[in-house]
Amino acid sequence: MRQLKNSIIISSVAASMLFVSQSVSAAGELNIYNWGDYTSPELVTKFEETYNVTVTITDYDSNDTALAKVKAGGHGFDIAIPSANYMPIWISEGLLLKTRPDQMSNFKNVLPEWTNPDWDPGRHYSVPYQWGSVGMVVNTDVYSGDINTSAIAFDPPEELVGKINVAPEMGDIIGMALYYVGSEPCTDDKAALKKARDVLMAAKPKWVSMTYGIKEPFASGDIAASVYWNGDAMRTRQETPSVHYGYPKEGYVLWMDSVVVLKDAQNVENAKLFQNFMMEPESAAIASNFAMYANGIKGSSEFMLEILATAPEVQIPAEHLPNGRFIEMCSAEVNKLYSGIWTEMMK
Amino acid sequence: MDQNIQSVVEFPESKLERLKAKQRTIRNYFLSAPALIVLTIAASGPLFIMLFYSFLTADEWGGVVWQGSLQGWFEVFMRHDIFDGTLLPADAHLSIFWRSIKLSLVTTLLCIVFGFPTAYFIATRPRSQRSFWLFLVTVPFWTNLLIRTFAIMQILSHSGFVNKFLQSLGLIEEPLRLLYTETAVTIGMAYVYLPLMVLPLYATIERLDFSLLEAAYDLYASRLQVLRRVIIPLVKPGLVAGSILVFIPSIGAYVTPRLLGGGKSLMLGNLIELQFGQGRNWPLGAALSITLLVIVMVAMLFYVRSTSRSGVNHAH
Repeated sequence: MRQLKNSIIISSVAASMLFVSQSVSAAGELNIYNWGDYTSPELVTKFEETYNVTVTITDYDSNDTALAKVKAGGHGFDIAIPSANYMPIWISEGLLLKTRPDQMSNFKNVLPEWTNPDWDPGRHYSVPYQWGSVGMVVNTDVYSGDINTSAIAFDPPEELVGKINVAPEMGDIIGMALYYVGSEPCTDDKAALKKARDVLMAAKPKWVSMTYGIKEPFASGDIAASVYWNGDAMRTRQETPSVHYGYPKEGYVLWMDSVVVLKDAQNVENAKLFQNFMMEPESAAIASNFAMYANGIKGSSEFMLEILATAPEVQIPAEHLPNGRFIEMCSAEVNKLYSGIWTEMMK
Repeated sequence: MDQNIQSVVEFPESKLERLKAKQRTIRNYFLSAPALIVLTIAASGPLFIMLFYSFLTADEWGGVVWQGSLQGWFEVFMRHDIFDGTLLPADAHLSIFWRSIKLSLVTTLLCIVFGFPTAYFIATRPRSQRSFWLFLVTVPFWTNLLIRTFAIMQILSHSGFVNKFLQSLGLIEEPLRLLYTETAVTIGMAYVYLPLMVLPLYATIERLDFSLLEAAYDLYASRLQVLRRVIIPLVKPGLVAGSILVFIPSIGAYVTPRLLGGGKSLMLGNLIELQFGQGRNWPLGAALSITLLVIVMVAMLFYVRSTSRSGVNHAH
């Protein structure tokens, strides 16, 4: 999902400037602001053809980029797809339109476990898009030991030293380190945070990179392990069959990205249509077939690729289920500590 | 040769001519006004916004609140320990600044080493061929920087061209770690900014009076002496201009360190980006940008001073 396009920031700034001058609320338009490499072209075509609407996709590379941009205003987007832990900020900052997806015709298709999430009680704002986990992606040709542990990244075996990539996602990585030291993400327990920092500082020299996009470096052999998202692990396995995905027994992070309509959307009706459209089993399946993550829609498996139905990256094996938890948004105070640890680590 | 060309300064002799000159000045200002206005707004506008933001308070989730604060500037230089609050120098920033300066200097040096012979070669071709060689220098600009950087990643990667080549020669057994290192960043930056060194060097070498070289040889100067005592002093303005042109973008480089360096060790551009993204500390980001600007300005001042000095030398 979160494949980086470095030109995103530059091009999206330029694009947003264009939008300011050009955005007209034509009936047949919809501007979607989504993660890079995360929107199925087939999905877009299907929506365009069904509703006679022209869809424009703009990419972002992190929740923070999206939040900062939308908060600044003048962006011209109608739809964004933020992660669960950021959703409370989007709501409390007044960035979202209360479209009441829970009253839409397709809401009956949402799987019961996703109808009343903590981050959007009653689903008054958001519609499930994709969900997954952050785990260990390992080339088992290089390391054949147990991969269901975050020690792969934090206390790596000899074979993997100097061949590990870690996604540069502050919240996920520090959260994982906190699980590793026996605490929880977003804790304000300074002793635990200190331990997590020490673990990260000691582990970092054994990593080779902290970057987005793992398919190519796995294929070329530049990396042999990575902390990354499950869907990308599966996409990598399609090209490099020896790549497997581990669920850390110390605890791992679950996430869900949801479709929301922005308060200053120009094409509110189309945006609402899109939310309802994303709750159709077939649409959800098309999104999953592209990004290779699970969705939250009943009956979508019927339209999904066969490999997804059995993939251990997507269907969490029962023994690993209890170790996964949704992270919340850390308080601003804890975020400052996170940020301090992160800068210290990146120096 | 310079002394032969006498620049004639004309003073307006009559009132009429003075008036004409005045009109010309007014007209020139008038004609350049659109450009000046655009430059002022587009160049200094954002700068003032940055300066202004650096003195505001960071908002919880990114952005700023309209309340004056020196916190952003304080954090450029100092930090409180994350855990016990003791006041410490911002060593993380220092080491990132140092890395940026170091890599930029090495890049500049590499560009001189490769750029000087290239420029010399082009400038000594027959006049009719020079534009062809110069044209070749500009070829890389036809492709987007990002794509070229990805191409370098392929060359340096574990199973990339360099490793395959060395392995086929039997020089190495295991592939070398090239990608995601500071070496890769330096190679990438030197490649990207090399034309910025070649072009100003070419311009000065082309104007070089080669009879001076002959004269030096006639006076039994060795090749090295000619290079050191004749050519280098004469092409110094081009050398300095090229160095500045390479150093400035290198120190603010963002894409190259991020892709080729693997994002593990930050450079200044990446540090600034972090503050506007996950760090959610816009005032610090703004203050760091201004700090970078000051570094660049110091480099520029150095340039202006050394070229004006070499200009004096030149007249001797």
